[in-house]
Amino acid sequence: MKVPKSLQVDEIKESPSPPNDSEVRINPVVRRNRVDQVYRSIAAVSGSFVFLVMALIGGFLLFRGIDALRLSGWGFITESQWAPDMGGAFGIASLLPYTFSIAFVALFIAVPVSIATALFITEYAPRRIRRFLTATIDLLAAVPSLIYGLWGLFYLQPRIITLSKWLADNLGFVPFFKVNDDFGTSLGVFPSSTFVAGVIVSLMVIPICTSVMREVFGQAPPGEREGAMALGGTRWGVVRDVVLPFGQGGIIGGSMLGLGRALGETIAVTLIISPSFDAKWSIVEQGSNSIAALIALKFSESTETGISALMAAGLALFIITLLVNTAASSVVNRSRSGSATEI
Amino acid sequence: MTSIDITSTDPTTMSSDISLLDPGHKAAGLTASNVACWFGTKKVLEGVNLDMAPGQVTALIGPSGCGKSTFLRTLNRMHELVPSATLAGEILIDGVDIYRGAIPVTDVRRRIGMVFQKPNPFPAMTVAENVLAGLKLSGLKSTRSERDDLIESCLSKAGLWNEVKNRLGDPGRALSGGQQQRLCIARSLAVSPQVLLMDEPCSALDPTSTRRIEQTISEISETITVVIVTHNMQQAQRVSHRCAFFLAAENEPGRIIEEGPTKDIFTNPHDSRTNDYVNGRFG
Repeated sequence: MKVPKSLQVDEIKESPSPPNDSEVRINPVVRRNRVDQVYRSIAAVSGSFVFLVMALIGGFLLFRGIDALRLSGWGFITESQWAPDMGGAFGIASLLPYTFSIAFVALFIAVPVSIATALFITEYAPRRIRRFLTATIDLLAAVPSLIYGLWGLFYLQPRIITLSKWLADNLGFVPFFKVNDDFGTSLGVFPSSTFVAGVIVSLMVIPICTSVMREVFGQAPPGEREGAMALGGTRWGVVRDVVLPFGQGGIIGGSMLGLGRALGETIAVTLIISPSFDAKWSIVEQGSNSIAALIALKFSESTETGISALMAAGLALFIITLLVNTAASSVVNRSRSGSATEI
Repeated sequence: MTSIDITSTDPTTMSSDISLLDPGHKAAGLTASNVACWFGTKKVLEGVNLDMAPGQVTALIGPSGCGKSTFLRTLNRMHELVPSATLAGEILIDGVDIYRGAIPVTDVRRRIGMVFQKPNPFPAMTVAENVLAGLKLSGLKSTRSERDDLIESCLSKAGLWNEVKNRLGDPGRALSGGQQQRLCIARSLAVSPQVLLMDEPCSALDPTSTRRIEQTISEISETITVVIVTHNMQQAQRVSHRCAFFLAAENEPGRIIEEGPTKDIFTNPHDSRTNDYVNGRFG
């Protein structure tokens, strides 16, 4: 008689081998001693504290911003004006591009500078200079952003707008550097722009990027370094074939951490820009904005609806920076850092 | 055979007479005279005089911590890469000092290659790229066909060609430990060294891989001078023409106790300590 295949399988499934007492798998019991338990719970509580704060912030922003979000609906994403106090429309459609433009200008400057600085520190600098440079860069990270803002406003901006003008005059065919000025490009249209704000923010981002990259470059496996040297490799050869491939994750991760910082930078941007709600391509022309700067500027003069709208904008910024930083840390973790060639 | 355009910033380099893929290039002799080494203030080696004749295999033997590896690393200027490491004395390749600027350091290291204890292929590169890494690292130019020839000839010399000829595009890390080490040897051979230094190249390998590498050593030693550090007495006997026995008394720098033809060192040593060591009575 022919037995269908499926039946055969079922039969096998239905007749498992009888359980064998000696093969019951044990579940190893770990008995921790008292001290271990105490430390364990302290560590666990502090660890979960981070998540708690995170959740509280997110929850708070959502709670306070939900009224405004209900009011605006999808308009919150598509509307570029910001007039919640007068009962008008409001949204982050112009704020987001401005926020990202400032951050990208900052990264465009900060990433190459940071890579070069980190390589100089780990590969080229003599030991004493290495220590001095590392300390100085860490010190730069400790300068309050208000100081950067003031210095940028009164010292850097009057000087850097000549570069803005040069960009507009010579590269004006690129939309980023185009300036619409009926009177020709006078210096007056260049201050308070995305470009100036981005340059200032880049100074704040460089220390973060550099220290992440320096850390990762420094971990490049000595065995591979020596292997490259022993083949007659030049310093640059070692950097190109060993350090940079190894440090890829650090470069990407460091840049994204910098991006997170740049997106949220508040006070320096607030000081530099003159708020604009019409998104435009030009980064050198006067008028820019960012979510953080908007919140700082409008907070004290807002009504209840206005506050709620600002909270909603804050929630958007919170989510974006959270995503960027999560992506950054996963890239850093997935890189080869710490795993040299093993047998 | 076309010779290769060698990019070098220093016109006085002696590299221009080395041509890649040139089987006729000559093994070079190394001479160490009165070499002493320090790490910081600790002197780890002193008074080392050793002649490593062209085309010969010299084995450096001795218990751990007697300075053999340190000495090996002075021979191609790897020693100075350790911060605080210093040295005294003279190392000559074919009579030319390698430390006093007559030859650029990158040329020294290309002419005097090194294979390390732990296989260290470049993980971001394929098997083929690993073989050619030295050319790229030192800025040597080559044509496509030269590169293909070089890959095959170097991998063959290292006894690896048959195993990897269909996996040239695989990452170097995908190979087994023994294969990785042979890949590292092939990589060193690709820049046509005149001397090859090997720092316990088989200590992490299985017996089969060890045998293949010993075979490679005897094959290449006709055109390349080999200096090998080993803890394996049988290996020293099998592969080397001459042996140098290093020893460090407690809290004293290491020095060469005895040096001579391998057969004499193992069968008829002058010093009783050599006799004890080669017969496994200490170390």
